[in-house]
Amino acid sequence: MRRLIFLAPIVLFAIVVAGFALGLRRDPSLLPSTLIGKPLPRFSLPPVDPKAPGLTSADMTGGGPRLLNVFGSWCVSCRYEHPVLMALKSQGVAIEGLDWRDSRADATRFLAAEGNPYERIGDDEAGRTVIDLGVAAAPETFIVDRQGRVRYKQVGPITPELWTSTLAPLMARLKSE
Amino acid sequence: MIAEIGQLALILALCLALVQAASLLIGAWRVDGALMSMGRAAAVLQAGFIAVAFAALGTAYVTGDFSIALVAEHSNSAQPLLYRIGATWGSHEGSMILWVFILAVYGAAIALAGGSLRESLKARVLAVQGVVGAAFLGFLLLTSNPFLRLTPAPFDGAELNPVLQDPGLVFHPPVLYLGYVGLSIAFSFGVAALIEGRVDANWARWVRPWVLAAWIFLTIGITMGSVWSYYTLGWGGWWFWDPVENASLMPWLLATALLHSCLVLEKRGALISWTILLSILAFSMSMVGTFLVRSGVLTSVHAFAVDPKRGVYILGMIAVMTGMALGLFAWRAPRFRTGALFTAVSKEYAITLNNLFLAAATATVFLGTFYPVFVDALHGDKISVGPPYFNATFAPIFMLLFVLVSFGPMLNWKRDSLGPLLFRLIWPALASAIAVVGAILIFGIGHVMAALGFALSAWLIVGAGAVLARRWRPVSHGAFWDGLWGRMRATPLAIFGLALAHAGLGVTTLGITAMAGWQSNAVIAMTPGQSLTLAGKTITLTGLRGIEGPNYEAAQARFAVDTLAGPRVLISERRFYPDSQTTTTEAGINVGLLGNVYISIGDRAAGGGLVVRLWNHPLVNFIWGGAFMMAFGGMVSLADRRLRVAVVKRVRAPAGVLEPAAA
Repeated sequence: MRRLIFLAPIVLFAIVVAGFALGLRRDPSLLPSTLIGKPLPRFSLPPVDPKAPGLTSADMTGGGPRLLNVFGSWCVSCRYEHPVLMALKSQGVAIEGLDWRDSRADATRFLAAEGNPYERIGDDEAGRTVIDLGVAAAPETFIVDRQGRVRYKQVGPITPELWTSTLAPLMARLKSE
Repeated sequence: MIAEIGQLALILALCLALVQAASLLIGAWRVDGALMSMGRAAAVLQAGFIAVAFAALGTAYVTGDFSIALVAEHSNSAQPLLYRIGATWGSHEGSMILWVFILAVYGAAIALAGGSLRESLKARVLAVQGVVGAAFLGFLLLTSNPFLRLTPAPFDGAELNPVLQDPGLVFHPPVLYLGYVGLSIAFSFGVAALIEGRVDANWARWVRPWVLAAWIFLTIGITMGSVWSYYTLGWGGWWFWDPVENASLMPWLLATALLHSCLVLEKRGALISWTILLSILAFSMSMVGTFLVRSGVLTSVHAFAVDPKRGVYILGMIAVMTGMALGLFAWRAPRFRTGALFTAVSKEYAITLNNLFLAAATATVFLGTFYPVFVDALHGDKISVGPPYFNATFAPIFMLLFVLVSFGPMLNWKRDSLGPLLFRLIWPALASAIAVVGAILIFGIGHVMAALGFALSAWLIVGAGAVLARRWRPVSHGAFWDGLWGRMRATPLAIFGLALAHAGLGVTTLGITAMAGWQSNAVIAMTPGQSLTLAGKTITLTGLRGIEGPNYEAAQARFAVDTLAGPRVLISERRFYPDSQTTTTEAGINVGLLGNVYISIGDRAAGGGLVVRLWNHPLVNFIWGGAFMMAFGGMVSLADRRLRVAVVKRVRAPAGVLEPAAA
């Protein structure tokens, strides 16, 4: 009996190490979105440029799969991501923009200087829609299928590697669905 | 060239660590003096070679040798010299060099110092130290080589993470590592004792200064980290229960327990197996902390660049080292004779309870920190455990522990009686009763938790004073003042150290209580000239301008604050580092004895003003002041021990040797 007590530390330790070993295979920075597989929450946002159309959740259905990119002219990583979006636009990828916590003047200046990769842009100055979407920090990008359901969420900028390895194959699959 | 010298030095150090481990283990087993002195020489040489490697990396940083990948990633020519030096240990690889360097210096210190340590024990301690060193050097060379070259070499480097460009980086990691790594000595002593199958009072007498030194460094290191995060992160808090903070707290809790249990083992020959177990676990917790920060199992503000290969190596290392130590424990510890008996009212009993509470506190922190990992591993659910859990579990355990703290030093060894004990504690009890009643009368019944906090700090501080008063009271009848000076001079430094440390705990408690009960803050958009009143202080935004630093641009806001000591100007900045595209916050803090005003600025608000967060932090400096007091108490006690060890050496007092029951 007395010996068993002395065995307890190593038994507990073995369990802990097994837990760590399992935990090592997971990436804690991947936060799955609760929206995956569900339709986009309803929203209707005014445009940034008064002459252009705004963006509503209804715009996201029909056609083909499309990207919904949350950005802001104040966001450094978005500037980093911007050339990638421009390249995707030239490949014919449909991208909708959601301008977050931004003044219209700043956003217009940013897009005029760097180019506009978006088909439509919704202005979410108050940040309400972004809360519904569960966005933690810009940039975040949702891949929305033909039926308007969220199929994937990318936290942080899209890089060319990520596009070719993960996002492009998913887009191709969604196109054929 | 310099990188190759460093690389070669590290490889040689690894070989020497292996030689050290093998020659000392075999030497101690065969009682071969030549082998053992060879092992000791290897320990000293190993420290020398790692010093060369460390200096090589430091030189590369200072001179800006961007052909070394690590240097190019973490420094550039615009970075101030201080932070180019600090960058030496600001990265994962560099910090591991610092780690093995400190480990080797400790090893060399044991090899060179410590004449009265039994030779076989010393050899085995150093052998285990060699195994630990070899494991970490292997980790460094195999998964995190700091000397990898870049071709072609870039013209200039990237930048050290701007959050780390702070004097805090220069001091916080080395001091903390001195603590973490210092616990390796306790580990080595524990394992060596298990290999020998022999623990005696001399073992405890030998290991205690090392544990105390590690504990002092840990205390200072953790406190410095808390101060640093307070002023640099702009969140206005002093502890966040972040996984990495917890990783430093757990070894500290176990080291505190070990410090006390060693005392029982040294004086009374009890708690033998428990003390050995603690010495193994305390350093294992240091290693788990390393695993946590460098493997990416958890996200944290401290996390280094993550590489799964490193995680696998460290986990394997912990599994082998701690696993073997605990295996030895399961095999050998049952043979140790059970220690001397003691009654329920005795110093031993109080310290045993202290150890139980500290172990329970460690377990709650461990569970809270790693629960997300285990849940994710079992169910794939992402959860996070936040401050509410820790406040609900850790705080009650610690409050009970604090009640115990003032009992311990007032109890006699072996057997004491309750009546006289309570009489000895009359002043601390009275002080805490006054604190409770006074706090409730002044602040109302709604602040009952705060009243308890005040009572605890009064209990601790007056309790610490009572320890000294008991020492200083006259032996026979007579006025308290007669011969007081003589009795004060005759009081061992260790007693002063004890009183300082326990009173420091009380001072920290006072700060925590005030912060928990009366901290206030406001978030508003301010335009220049605008004022607001927070906790009775008027704060005015007087100016806003852009400035240029050596390697950053900043928006600088100036505030005028009316404090009790007169008007003060506070400067708060938001810095942008173009090289790394990072923004940092420099909070403006008015430091006062009674509390701080803390201002951090954010973005421009939509309406055109500046988003400003203001805090009033009552007595917050007491938290760190008390912690530094504890560390200082430790130093005072350490100064005393050196003397006592020397005395023991001269007199060769026969200590109660505890041979194993069955050898």
